[in-house]
Amino acid sequence: MVENVKELLRAHEGLKREVYLDIENSSWVPEEVVKAMLPFYGERAYGNPTLTHKLGWEAFETIMEETKKVANFLGCKNVEEINYTPGETEANNLALIGTAFSKKSLGKKIVISEIEPISVLHVTELLQKYGFTTTKISVDREGLINLEELEKIVDKETILVSLSAVNNEIGTIQPIKEACKIVKEKNSESIFHTDASDAYGKIPFKVQDFCVDLATISSYKILGPRGIGVLYVKEGVGVERILEGQIGTQKLWPGVENTPLIVGFTKASELAFQDFRGNVNHMRKLRDKLIGGIFERVPDVKLNGPKGEKRAPDNVNISFLRCEGEALTIELSLSGVYVSSGSACTRRLLQPSHVLVAIGRRFEEAHGSILMKTTRYHQEEDIEYVLDVLPKAVERLRGITGTTRVD
Amino acid sequence: MSRIPLPYNPKVLELFRNPKNLGKMDDATVSAVAGNPACGDMITFYLKINEEEVIERASFESYGCAANIATSSIVTEMIKGTSLEDAWKISWKRVTEAVGGLPSVKFHCGVLAVGALKRAIRKYYKNKGASPEWLEEELSFEEKQALEEEELAKMLSKRMKLEGEK
Repeated sequence: MVENVKELLRAHEGLKREVYLDIENSSWVPEEVVKAMLPFYGERAYGNPTLTHKLGWEAFETIMEETKKVANFLGCKNVEEINYTPGETEANNLALIGTAFSKKSLGKKIVISEIEPISVLHVTELLQKYGFTTTKISVDREGLINLEELEKIVDKETILVSLSAVNNEIGTIQPIKEACKIVKEKNSESIFHTDASDAYGKIPFKVQDFCVDLATISSYKILGPRGIGVLYVKEGVGVERILEGQIGTQKLWPGVENTPLIVGFTKASELAFQDFRGNVNHMRKLRDKLIGGIFERVPDVKLNGPKGEKRAPDNVNISFLRCEGEALTIELSLSGVYVSSGSACTRRLLQPSHVLVAIGRRFEEAHGSILMKTTRYHQEEDIEYVLDVLPKAVERLRGITGTTRVD
Repeated sequence: MSRIPLPYNPKVLELFRNPKNLGKMDDATVSAVAGNPACGDMITFYLKINEEEVIERASFESYGCAANIATSSIVTEMIKGTSLEDAWKISWKRVTEAVGGLPSVKFHCGVLAVGALKRAIRKYYKNKGASPEWLEEELSFEEKQALEEEELAKMLSKRMKLEGEK
């Protein structure tokens, strides 16, 4: 199988330009972030932060200093509220399962929306096997959560509500502050969790302003290294450990702290926040250039998610009718443009993105969807290159679709 | 909702990039469709059949992934110049082998391509009002699978519409 992949890679040789827009699924790590991490692998602070020797104390000092910065970016009261996990998936697992463990005597009801990330969806499915129930609130055609429904659904049995701050696929910015207020008014014992992985570094997000109890942050979504994420746990909120082992500087996640990754994540955060407004404006400008350009040059397309200020500044998600998404990702890749699709073309019955289905897209529209995210590192020329390549790719694949009726 | 790696082989990639016998055939003797856009794949075959019941030309149109395009394309090459009886004997396994193998989750693409071909052959005889001995009345494996996939898609689309109206 790997021989096949070597051949696939050979087909990419000699590309004039490459534009990576698949930030949703992984990202490169900028040189300045890697540089910040390197000394912590071999020069200093590579000890275990709980041990009584120089390298351990260096590690402890480093982790505490870095965590102060992260706490500041997130608007936390103190560093103890920051819990590092190996990523967004693990942070969401800790938030949901850890809360279910600690609140199980108070109730069994968990409330999420129809468009939560896969990790949240799958964890709630797991919890159903252990007697918890999941109620999903609906979203409108732009992916906005229905607050009236939330108010009706949250009751005394509700131990946890988990709603992402920005939808990862279609970029809808959710009214998290209002949602949290509604939840607390209906049941002050309910824990409010938000996956803020697509909000952090993209929209103003401070945990204190949003009054949330738990918040998930992913490192690679702000171009930090993979393998690290954060679960913010508000002081006084009881979340139980879901893994057991040697406890070090953090109570909620056992194992040896990964100092270089913490440094890398902090560095990526600094870069995102040192000129937050400038970065956001840049992402938004490129986002709008990309969306505008596609609508101008490609017929029969649909924007998934809201427009303008209601949309995350980096998110572009477009359905190309009569063009299947997986084929389009391959076609674009061969031209050096790297994106992902909401088509899940790996089953006999291909179930496309649950988010696109929830906002009312037909299956055939969801199968032809492409997700792209802009960053502060992308240039106007990158977008122009995409706008040059994409219409040709869509046209060729539509030519293969031909007169096949797909509507 | 799970994802798996899709290490397509060079033959599939080549056929994806340069499919053979692509496009609608205006003077086709018969055409048939398999799949449903809701499943993410749909194939149409066009066959030009002569009086000796030999496929003179075949072409296709395909809405689908790379495996879908590659298997459709190879089927048109495999059946060109063959008798309908021989074309009927083609199985999805042979098609999968002919493209150099497929990731197992993509086997259904080959099944669908052969399903469309067999439907076209069946339709040809139905139009003609004939029924050769080798053509079994019972649907072939590929035709059954195609039908099943289409019905699942219809069911899901229907359920979605109902949910949309709530």
